[in-house]
Amino acid sequence: MAKSLKNIKWKHYLNYIVIAVVTILFAIMSMSNALTSSTIYLLEKIAIAVLLTVSLSVVVGFLGELSLGHAGFMCVGAYLGGKTACLLEASLGNGILSLLISLLVGGAVAALCGVIIGLPALRLKGDYLAIVTLAFGEIVRSLFLNSSDASFGGPLGLDTPRYDKNVLFIIAFVAVLICLAVIQNLIRSKHGRAITSIRDNEIAARATGINITKYKLTVFTIAAFFAGIAGVLYSYSNYTIQSAKFNYNYSIEILVMVVLGGMGSINGSIIAATLITVLDVELQTILTGETAVLQDLLYALILIVLVVYNNAPALKAFRERNSMKNFLRKITKAKHDPAHRADDEAKWDRVPTKIEMNEVLSTEFQPTMSTLEPDRKEDL
Amino acid sequence: MSEVILKTENLGISFGGLKAAQDVNIEIKKKQLYGLVGPNGAGKTTIFNMLTGVYRPTTGHFYLQGEDLTGKGQEEINHKGIARTFQNIRLFNNMTVIRNVLVGLHNQPEFKCSMVESMFRLPRHFQCEKAMRERAKEILRVVGLEEERNFLSCNLPYGKQRKLEIARALATNPKLLLLDEPAAGMNPQETADLMDIIIRIRDEFDMTILLIEHDMKFVSGLCDEVTVLNFGTVLAQGDTKTALNDPEVIKAYIGG
Repeated sequence: MAKSLKNIKWKHYLNYIVIAVVTILFAIMSMSNALTSSTIYLLEKIAIAVLLTVSLSVVVGFLGELSLGHAGFMCVGAYLGGKTACLLEASLGNGILSLLISLLVGGAVAALCGVIIGLPALRLKGDYLAIVTLAFGEIVRSLFLNSSDASFGGPLGLDTPRYDKNVLFIIAFVAVLICLAVIQNLIRSKHGRAITSIRDNEIAARATGINITKYKLTVFTIAAFFAGIAGVLYSYSNYTIQSAKFNYNYSIEILVMVVLGGMGSINGSIIAATLITVLDVELQTILTGETAVLQDLLYALILIVLVVYNNAPALKAFRERNSMKNFLRKITKAKHDPAHRADDEAKWDRVPTKIEMNEVLSTEFQPTMSTLEPDRKEDL
Repeated sequence: MSEVILKTENLGISFGGLKAAQDVNIEIKKKQLYGLVGPNGAGKTTIFNMLTGVYRPTTGHFYLQGEDLTGKGQEEINHKGIARTFQNIRLFNNMTVIRNVLVGLHNQPEFKCSMVESMFRLPRHFQCEKAMRERAKEILRVVGLEEERNFLSCNLPYGKQRKLEIARALATNPKLLLLDEPAAGMNPQETADLMDIIIRIRDEFDMTILLIEHDMKFVSGLCDEVTVLNFGTVLAQGDTKTALNDPEVIKAYIGG
């Protein structure tokens, strides 16, 4: 047993541990009534955003298909799960059992929609699929918007039962952990390799005998299932569902989180989802009244800064120089990484200065032995 | 007389009015190295595409060990035992070398592990992963890429990328391996190296190989038999030396 524990790669499980510890900490705080209701609401929002982002990142980051209808799946889950909860309230009451049943119903119906959307995904590529998914999201939203008052509340929205606020966010985080476990285990298996191979080169994947139909459908189904779960949690967290919430802006917001977290990185998605949700809520609380117009502006500005920080080559190099790893190495004086040795041993003082370069570039320049020799020595 | 692996009967395809290939009859026996040569645009890759299910032949049939595979899908043909490499390398660029091979091993029955087993990390998953890695390393050893197994495949030099593509095709445990210009872009040293590898693959895996190549030294050094194509039709066929020295073939290549 001890040996098998040693063999576990802890790095792979770090994200579960962090989320579990955070959940337990906040759970203890909520038991001792140390949390304000706004903090609890923020935690619920974070859990929902993480669920949405992680599930979308499988489609976009790992399967490599652009889906703009993720809010549509969430919408299906929210309405169906919310309706189930309303119906169950009479018979089962408003306990954990009815919550679980409505979570499953919301997830399952959303997954079914995932299959339906996955089918055209087998034929369509890139931009075309993006348009189809976008249309799907809008169709779902307007269906619920135009439903009768008795069924899904129509334009007024659907009122859903309330759940104990001190417990709901814990359930939401447990859902996040389950989602993470399922998706991460899937990605880190032979099936995950098959999925990423489709992203990298579909023609080669087909020729290698990968069943593309099966994997595309599976990915769309799993992603839709967890988006549905997120929808049900949203309906419980807000007491009421307005279909206007699930417009394409929201789908794009989820996509922004995925892209910002880095395509194909689950941990990145979690961090991006948390940061953006906190940022959004903080901006809404800080900028009120006159300055409320600045909310969107600042939000957009911060997004631009984050994207530039992530992708600009100069900043990348800066981060590399000042990274935690380098810092730790300096402190511990650890052995130098052999991969960098060649760079360090190269004679950087031999790089021509600007004056020398002008000389080199000028037409009158005649190569002499003294200018050529040092280079030749290095070659030998 | 050894067993016939691949047999094509009047195989042909036309795109609109263009007859890209017609009446191609090839018979390849087990453990044979068979060459498919011809000037550019002769229809060699088209034939590969028909044999792997990318195109559906408009006339004729082809049989793998007597089983008719005409018109089957790409995935199914791969499962039945025809694997290929591409003229322009198609690797999974963002994956390490070993992972490229592991994707090739995906459908092998001995590494069967359902999605549920992977999701819940049942013991089968770990056994299967371990066994797959062992097998992948073995295949990489044959093509001489064992040292580079943890490199990203896009960082490999060109010649090694070609070898990796062969390794990935080999991992699908085919009965017939189709190599589309395996020596293209290689220097003489690498080409000689590749000839060794191809012979080793044939001997170690009892593999039957059909290859397209423009390097005539490579073809005459490796292949027992060739088919020479020109404008989609068979120009000469049979023993490598005689077929390549056929006056018609020389005319097609140098003109005149």
